[in-house]
Amino acid sequence: MKRELRRVETGLAIIGAGLAGFAASIFALRRGLDTAQLGHTGAIAYTTGYFDLLGVMDGRVLDEPWAGLDALREAEPAHPFARLGNDEIREAFEIFTDAISDMGIAYSKPGDHNLSALLPSGVAKPTLSVPATMLPGVEAFRTGAKTLIVDFPGLQGFSATEFKVNFAASWPALSVCRIEFPGFEGQQLYPEVLARSLEAPHGREPLAEKIRAVLDGAEYVGLPAVLGMHAPDEVHADMERRIGARLFEIPTIPPAVPGIRLREMFERELPRRGLVLVPQLKVSRSELGADGAVHHLQGPLEDLEISARATLLATGRFLSGGLYADQAGLRETLLGLPVVQPSGRDNWYRRDYLDPRGHQLNRAGLETDAQFRPLDAAGAPVNPRLFAAGAVLAHQDWVRQRCGAGLAIAAAYGAVKAAAEMLNGSA
Amino acid sequence: MSGHQGAKRHYETEVLIIGGGVTGTGIMRDLALRGIHSLLIDRQDLNAGASGGNHGLLHSGGRYVAADAETAAECRAESELLKRLAPECIDPCGGLFVAVEGDDPEFAARFPDHCAVAGIPCEEISPTEARKMEPALSEKVYAAYQVPDATVDPFRLTLQNVNHARRLGFGDFLPHMGVEGFDIEGGELKAARCRDLRSGEEVLISARQIVNAGGAWAMNIARLAGCADVNLIYSKGTLIVSNTRLSQRVVNRLRLPGDGDILVPGGTVSLLGTSSVTIEDPDDARPTIAEVDKILAEGAVMMPPLADTRFIRAFSGVRPLLMASGAAEDGRKASRGFSLITHEDQNLSNFVTIAGGKLTTFRLMAEKTGDLVAQRLGNSAPCATHTVPLPTENAVGWTEPGFAARDWYQRADASDMILCECEMTPQSAVDAIVSDAPGSEHHMSLQAIALRSRVGKGACQGAFCAMRVTSHLYDRGIYDSPEGLELMRDFVTERFKGVRPVLWGRQLPQMELAETLHCGLTGLDLLGAKKPGSGRAS
Ligand SMILES: Cc1cc2nc3c(=O)[nH]c(=O)nc-3n(C[C@H](O)[C@H](O)[C@H](O)COP(=O)(O)OP(=O)(O)OC[C@H]3O[C@@H](n4cnc5c(N)ncnc54)[C@H](O)[C@@H]3O)c2cc1C
Ligand SMILES: Cc1cc2nc3c(=O)[nH]c(=O)nc-3n(C[C@H](O)[C@H](O)[C@H](O)COP(=O)(O)OP(=O)(O)OC[C@H]3O[C@@H](n4cnc5c(N)ncnc54)[C@H](O)[C@@H]3O)c2cc1C
Repeated sequence: MKRELRRVETGLAIIGAGLAGFAASIFALRRGLDTAQLGHTGAIAYTTGYFDLLGVMDGRVLDEPWAGLDALREAEPAHPFARLGNDEIREAFEIFTDAISDMGIAYSKPGDHNLSALLPSGVAKPTLSVPATMLPGVEAFRTGAKTLIVDFPGLQGFSATEFKVNFAASWPALSVCRIEFPGFEGQQLYPEVLARSLEAPHGREPLAEKIRAVLDGAEYVGLPAVLGMHAPDEVHADMERRIGARLFEIPTIPPAVPGIRLREMFERELPRRGLVLVPQLKVSRSELGADGAVHHLQGPLEDLEISARATLLATGRFLSGGLYADQAGLRETLLGLPVVQPSGRDNWYRRDYLDPRGHQLNRAGLETDAQFRPLDAAGAPVNPRLFAAGAVLAHQDWVRQRCGAGLAIAAAYGAVKAAAEMLNGSA
Repeated sequence: MSGHQGAKRHYETEVLIIGGGVTGTGIMRDLALRGIHSLLIDRQDLNAGASGGNHGLLHSGGRYVAADAETAAECRAESELLKRLAPECIDPCGGLFVAVEGDDPEFAARFPDHCAVAGIPCEEISPTEARKMEPALSEKVYAAYQVPDATVDPFRLTLQNVNHARRLGFGDFLPHMGVEGFDIEGGELKAARCRDLRSGEEVLISARQIVNAGGAWAMNIARLAGCADVNLIYSKGTLIVSNTRLSQRVVNRLRLPGDGDILVPGGTVSLLGTSSVTIEDPDDARPTIAEVDKILAEGAVMMPPLADTRFIRAFSGVRPLLMASGAAEDGRKASRGFSLITHEDQNLSNFVTIAGGKLTTFRLMAEKTGDLVAQRLGNSAPCATHTVPLPTENAVGWTEPGFAARDWYQRADASDMILCECEMTPQSAVDAIVSDAPGSEHHMSLQAIALRSRVGKGACQGAFCAMRVTSHLYDRGIYDSPEGLELMRDFVTERFKGVRPVLWGRQLPQMELAETLHCGLTGLDLLGAKKPGSGRAS
């Protein structure tokens, strides 16, 4: 059988379906660009749901991320954040969280200070914006409120006791309770399955009833993040009403619900807003030319050829496949772009795993100019129509600096802005 | 047994054994079978030294026939005994010796005669036949011999030794107990001055006889007793572990021992090794990138698919090589034999050091040590370890790759959650270890569980299982303070030493994910970092 070939023409092709890719689509649609996003789902299903801007510098936890960014620009002038001003980053963050809230998952407004958000280990994490379903947890921790943490036998890696024991010194008013998740007794539990079971209102009452029975005057109740998939805010509000206490979610180990929610929402909502989305496929090959690029994808039944006047690469790092390492060195997988990297494998990782300086390998990636255009070995843009954003960029360590989402959003904003200027100027 | 003398914790025992490797635990069991009580201590835990960092090859003796016929014959006899007496610990997979183009043909041709001298069955097979048996072998193999090599799970062996002594009621084990000195009086070691390295507390252990089974640390320990008659050089050996099993049999290169010339299967994985690097300090033995690259390049000559294999970890162990006066300073040429040093010419009557040797010959080493100690104590019971099988039980069976998965599928109990998915280690295994394995009388940690199971040894390198097992230990009340997270941090930090040199290809994204989980989701990199106003932050 002969395979069909489908050709699509677009203004901007965004490659990658992580936070950077989706953020780029949001910014591009807002600017009225004709946009296609081509992406294989990656690390997004792993995220906690928290959107960090800048949480740590030099091993210190930051309370004021904006002042932190000013200091970062001084200390690390090559950091991708240094390509943008605070006003632009703030605008990017706000547009992004507003868009998400508008599409169906409410997020807290990014403020002037970092929030202390809760991790399942019983440790707080500095972040800037959290889902509305998690925000009461931040308040409960800040005020030390009387709080009940509930866990479910069979849900691996989430222990209310661990949470309580590790928070005990700073949050004595915690208590814990383990209850069987109604309908799933005696089984291994998967957060995604539990979340889907709470979508329909009749699935909620048995759980609410069990929690009510053990509430014992708690003002807040914390649960693993399983409060619905498509309308978490509605499930959250309904469960609060049924239980009669403030309720919050705590992230779980991946694959986790908050990331899956985001992915499903983007995939559902962005095409309605005009995005041409080609999900679940990898771009197998791209050709860059003077007038744009052609991207090739192989679907199950047909081949796709996307011609784009501009391209934004948001393919992530090793886990997502944007970068690859062999014994000899690192490379960018789609276009063979030069990768800034430490010399030799012995310099990739430090000897101490948790060395506070972070590993040099994490700062490897694509070198770009102020317009987020990848540079060649001579320091000139590889192609005037090629841009890059997100974790694939060099000179950042998003894991240690706690800046994953912020970097994805800010760089996507900057790259889309530059792409739009190029397209509008050259149209 | 435990009492108090002043502020110190004080123990009394008939025999104190220092070193919880296969030798020390073998001695413990040997003595228990003679009705002699011993207390075994290790400054870390069971298998913390070479016994947890070796190839797991139960030598037929073939590797030593050319250079050391005596060791070869010992290996042959001991491996035959162990196959009968500890079958659960052994996979009698057989072994091949292969010569590859470029290897000395004369050396290869003499191999069968050398085997005959040591009494080792050896059968020549054609290169074609060899490649049929092991398809990963190089086209360039020109000679091949079959020998009765086997593999042994050293972790299980050690655990079963201790467990048998425990069950006989003649042995106790104290982990995290390091010897720091001895009280010497009238030609006797009256007591060992030790420290509980978890609590920092000083501990005094009095014993009638003291056995130094400190492996690569035996010289340091002997010096604490004022003995200058243990002379060791330290040879670091590094191995790499593949994600899958690459051969059915042990595959040895038919040449004088060199780098990267043995591939040993271990259940569902294979181990390629080793290197031999002389080091100054036995505590400084981590695998390096240069060693890994060298082993891999050499190994691929014999088995070309190794070049494209995914490796998940490397590790190093230290061979303590006995220096006879005037011997060469080359790690591989020094004697692989063992010696029993009575220290009588150092004017001590109740101290003995057992040093050198091999995993394969540990039982014989324990027998010789047991004979001496028993005779000194006036006990005339003969050694029984060559006739009494090594018993096993549930709590000591979890170290074999692939065992947990088989067991779990057979039991088909959906409520028994898998805590470590790569190695299919369920909650019930962790529970059995925590309640019943040797050492469970003392504080159990993620690290202790990992030494008694496959937890953390799979492809994810502890990214997920470290979190799951930690949560489970909190749930069970084994952990009841923030120390549980510190122990997790220590565990993943330790694992990283072995992972670092094999980070490329498909293993590197695993590391990236692990770091994200350990830092971003668990906050291990910022434990203890304070944030103004609130408590601990990540
Ligand atoms: C476990 C975990 C926890 C996290 N927690 C947080 C958190 O608490 N706070 C926070 O701010 N951030 C967090 N993050 C980070 C965040 O989710 C993003 O991973 C990060 O910001 C980088 O985003 P990105 O879009 O640049 O890359 P990625 O998210 O890695 O996305 C890259 C995308 O490109 C796709 N791709 C690659 N090659 C191709 C190709 N050839 N064709 C098509 N598509 C391709 C991949 O499939 C993937 O979808 C977390 C990440 C992980 C893994
Ligand atoms: C790389 C390598 C590969 C090998 N491969 C094989 C093989 O395939 N087949 C084979 O038969 N043999 C092999 N061997 C040899 C075998 O591993 C050793 O002979 C055997 O494990 C030695 O056991 P042991 O108990 O004597 O020493 P160890 O296992 O090293 O035990 C010594 C113990 O003493 C403890 N200790 C040290 N100082 C103190 C102190 N002050 N107080 C208390 N405790 C202390 C340590 O923590 C350690 O646990 C190999 C060795 C190496 C290094």
